[in-house]
This record gives sequence, structure tokens and C-alpha cells, in this order.
Amino acid sequence: MSTPPVAAEATPLIRVTDLRKYFPVHKGVFSRHVGDVKAVDGVSFDVGRCETLSLVGESGCGKTTAGRTLLRLLEPTGGRATYRPDPDSGATELFELSRRELRPYRRQLQIIFQDPYSSLNPRKTAGNIVGEALRVHGVVNKEELEDRVAQLLVRVGLRADAFNRFPHEFSGGQRQRIGIARALALEPRFIVCDEAVSALDVSIQAQVINLLRDLQLERRLSYLFIAHDLSVVKYLSDRIAVMYLGRIVELATSAELFENPRHPYTQALLSAVPHPDPSRRGQRVPLTGDVPSPMNPPKGCHFAPRCPVAEKRCHEEYPEVRRVGETHEVACHLVEPVG
Amino acid sequence: MGDGQHKETQGEALLEVLGLKTYFHGDEGIAQAVDGVTYRVLPGETLGIVGESGCGKSVTALSVLGLVPMPPGFHAGGRILFRGEDLLQAGEARMREIRGNDISMIFQEPMTALNPVFTVGNQIMETVMLHQGLDKEAARQHAIAMLEKVGIPSPEQRVDEYPHQLSGGMRQRVMIAMAMACSPSLLIADEPTTALDVTIQAQVLDLIGELQEREGMSVLLITHDLGVVAQTADHVAVMYAGKVVEYGTVEAIFKEPRHPYTIGLFHSLPDLAAPGERLATIEGIVPSAFHFPSGCRFRTRCPLAGERCAQEVPELEAVTEDGEHTAACHFLEEARALQVES
Repeated sequence: MSTPPVAAEATPLIRVTDLRKYFPVHKGVFSRHVGDVKAVDGVSFDVGRCETLSLVGESGCGKTTAGRTLLRLLEPTGGRATYRPDPDSGATELFELSRRELRPYRRQLQIIFQDPYSSLNPRKTAGNIVGEALRVHGVVNKEELEDRVAQLLVRVGLRADAFNRFPHEFSGGQRQRIGIARALALEPRFIVCDEAVSALDVSIQAQVINLLRDLQLERRLSYLFIAHDLSVVKYLSDRIAVMYLGRIVELATSAELFENPRHPYTQALLSAVPHPDPSRRGQRVPLTGDVPSPMNPPKGCHFAPRCPVAEKRCHEEYPEVRRVGETHEVACHLVEPVG
Repeated sequence: MGDGQHKETQGEALLEVLGLKTYFHGDEGIAQAVDGVTYRVLPGETLGIVGESGCGKSVTALSVLGLVPMPPGFHAGGRILFRGEDLLQAGEARMREIRGNDISMIFQEPMTALNPVFTVGNQIMETVMLHQGLDKEAARQHAIAMLEKVGIPSPEQRVDEYPHQLSGGMRQRVMIAMAMACSPSLLIADEPTTALDVTIQAQVLDLIGELQEREGMSVLLITHDLGVVAQTADHVAVMYAGKVVEYGTVEAIFKEPRHPYTIGLFHSLPDLAAPGERLATIEGIVPSAFHFPSGCRFRTRCPLAGERCAQEVPELEAVTEDGEHTAACHFLEEARALQVES
């Protein structure tokens, strides 16, 4: 997409440092605290201006929790999220704001959910759904409201008469467009797209991907794109972070990651994607077993129990993140850092 | 599509679906969910049926097993020949003999297909006790052997566990073990890996492939994922709005798709697009099954549609000399140009 900075900028729009989100686990009659599910355990990344950063990984890797915690839809356990709307202006620590102080920032930081069936209120019309935020934030007066909403609906590819229709009257792709219009209503700077195209059929998915891309260029949006479908991610992202069991194991530009994946997990993940090309059958890095429980992650590298090349030290200490290229970081003991 | 169109080609088919019409009564009249579908599955091969939501691909599979709820569903025509026997004429008792024994099915969501109050062992045992008359102990041993076969670690313990104690990939393996318990000659797999992560998906697809090779079973694979089809199918039928619009070997369909819909689907795939390049899309949305357009059902979204398409329903016709690759379009020659553009 476009040509935004590929490497992290000096003053990115959003800088996430050591983000952690634990869910306490209680057991027994007295709800004794017996441990934590470390859904996100020390994740750091930047999202540049007009950039798309993707978080990818399999179910339970913490990608969705990371996105929601960043927006404080979930309260963080630790870490920082620094938001700098303007490169020259001051920065705001999102995690230090009170709920009330956070409100003006909510306008600038939005989210699109995966499931357009459950994320839209079935009793409200499309117009009310999209206009609600405008009304709540008092951005426009009553007369303007209807115009603004109609414009938004048209912009995302719906007919203006969608205003008075209810979610069940739309197809899945159209509902996702309503979700996008809702996210756009307050003219945000940053949108978390949480599996935003995963539930859609491929012909509809392509329409929505094109829409997201057009809107990004038109409104200089930054996306944190959370997805498990690697072909979509490859196409849409400037940079990609691969997560495994609560941590980022590899982060690189999209082209670099797909051409030169360094972490054994990334390699296995990429090779598992079934290519729509019958002449490329059966070239896979086999991966056995399941993702371990995030409540009892293995000591050492979390991927070690499934890793085809794990050594003794992999089972003992968690590998530090090392830089293997100008725009490429990997957390693996077996990868030699450069520079 | 006329009955028996493929009859003269190749050897004996294990399953032949001929001009199948499965309709549903609904609020807005009759939904022609499956409308004149013909395909065949040869012994030992995998036929992939691809299409988007609502194209009727799952209903054709349910029809084969006699699992379409009636009412509201009903068969308005066609035949389903399994080893020459018409399953649409078979009674419920005969279907019960066939289901799980000769033909079995795995579903997308193993959590809803497995019974939560029985152990996985019990569920596998039920099938073999019923169909093969094994006693309880023999059935239990068989269940353990099946779990081992599908790659479940420590099967002696897992056999006594309940579905909720297993991960998604494990549950899908259990369902495969159940489906395979009586060594069926046809396995119908309806989106078997859609709910799974890619690394687990790869394991499950490999497993189905291995079992198929070992047992010589045929697979009817229903999916929306063109990648999965490319990796596993021998033949492919592309469905749109209740009809097969293109049929051929997997190589022919992927290398030289001829129907504008198939071509459009490939262009929509982000896999094949260069980053930064806009994705080609198929305009509009799938029409409702209650209000399919007249003539060619794809015409409302087709870049080539002309007057003839509104009036005449295109039949599948051969696009190669051997007649193995067929497509249903009035403008097959013009469609070549769409293909070249990519």
C-alpha cells in the first residue's frame, strides 16, 4: 500500500511498549486466585502514520487482546501506549488517562470488529448505528447529522436509503460496511481492524479490502490489522508482527517476512498456508502438536515444544529480540543477530 | 445440465449426482438451493466443490446423506446414484445402514457435531456397535485404534474424555475417527478445516489425505477456500447460485478457468495480487435463492452479460476436446479475454 515509512519512525503515531494483559484465574469456593492467563505478555510495536501494521498468529496467541487493550476496551495489566497525533506536538500516554480524560481520544482511535452480525445492534437502523457516535460526542447538530451519516453510508458503498434499514436486511459484506462507516464517523486517525474481513466470502472480501485501502489513502489512516489469514495480511500490510502465545516472535516488513522468514514458527506458519496453485502441493514445514496453554507457558521459548530445531537452551531461557536486518526483528536463539 | 451427461467418460463412478434439485419452502416462496446439479465422484479420488456462502454446496452434500430437513426441504428432481443405487428412492432404514457405514460425513464445527455428554470413545463405539455388530469391549479397542490412527496422543486416556476437554484440532480428529470407524468408501467433508488455524488445518488435511490413500476412500470436499481445493482435490466443481458453473480437473480449473465467475474468484484472491495493486472484484452480491435472475444466474454480476444471458439458461458444455473440462456460459470465448487480463 502507499509508501509510508517501512521502519519505525522516530515519532510514530502509536508506540506500544511492553504491553501486558493478564486475566486472573480463580478457582474453588473462595475464588482463590490460582494463576494468570498471560494473554499478552510484553509486546512492543510502533504504528506509523498512514501505515498498516498487522498482528498475525493462531487462535489464542493474544492478537485480539493486544488490539483491545491498546484501545483500553480491556484495562492493561502493564506497559505503555504513547499516542502522538501530530509528529511535532506532544505525546499522550493512553494508559495513564482516566476514563473521562480518555473520551476525546476515543474519537481518534476506533475499531472494526470481525463479526458484523453480533457487533451491530439489531434494533437500531443503520443510520442510527453510524450516527450514534456523532450524537454522543456532540460533533454535529441534528440537521447536519442525517446528511453526514448519509454521506458516510455512500462513501462505504451503501445506498443512502440504507439509513432506515435494520442490520438483518443487509448481507454480511454490507453489514461490515456499516461497521466501517461507524468507525469512520468521528474521523479517526487510527483504526484497529480486528479480523475485519475474515468472515466474508472472497469476492466480498476483495471489495472490503479495496475499500479499507482507499479510505487509508484518502484519510491518512493508520491501521492495526489483526488477522489470521496470511494472504490478506501480506497484501494489506506494510509491516507484520507474528505473535505466538502472548509475545511477538518476529516483526518485519511484509515483503521481508514473506521472502525471508527467520523464526521457525513463522516458517511453519507460512508454509502451512494452502496456496491456490495445484502445482505447489505438499511443500510444508510440518508442525506437530497444539499451542500450549497461556496459563502455563513453557519455560524458555514458548515455541520450543513444537519447534523442529529447538536446542537445550531454547527450553531454558526466553530468547531476546534480536535485529537481523534494518527492518527485521526475531526472537529466536538460533538466529544470529547482525550489526 | 441433462441427466447422464458425463456417463460415457471414464470408468465406474462411486457416486453420481444427476440433475439434482433440492428446493426449500420459505417465507418468500420456493428457494432453489440446488437446481439441476450433476457431478460424479470416482473411486479413490477427491472431488472439491467450491463456492461462496449460499451457493448450495452444503445442501448437495446433505442431500446425498438424506439429511435435508423435510419439510421445509424437498427434492424436485434428479437422482443420486451410489454404486448404482438411487439414494433418493431408498427408505429411511436403508439410509441408516448407509450413513456412517458406507458414506460418512465430517462437519465444520466439531463442537456442535459431537455430543457433549458422551465421551469421545462412546461416540466412536456407537457407530461400530451399530453397523458392524462389535461387542462393547471390541468396540472400545476399535475406538482406541481409530484415535491412534488419526494421531491423537495417548489414545487410551483420550478415549474416556469428553469433547470439551479437547482442543479444536483434536476434536476435528475425533470427528474424523468417528467418520472413519467403519471404513466408509465415501467421506463427505463439509468445510472440515474452516474453523481451524492454518498449522492445524495442514495437519488435518494431511491426515485425510493419508487415510484416503491407505483405505482407497473417495472424498467429497466442500469448501470456500480455493487454497485448500488446490492442495487436495483431483477434480473441482465450482458452484454459483445453486448450479455447477464449471467442472474440470484441478489443474484445468486453476490454470485455465473459463467461466467468468471462476475467473472473478481467482482475481479476488489477495494471494495472487501484487501488494499495492487494487484487487479485482466481482461487483455486487450473491442474489437471494428466492429471487434468482432469469437465464444465467451470474449475469447480474458478470462483466460479459448480454441479452442472451437473461433469456437462456447456459448449460455445461465441453471446453476441451476430451470433454473433461466443462463450463456453463454463453460467452466462453469472450471469457478468455478476462483470463488474460490478470
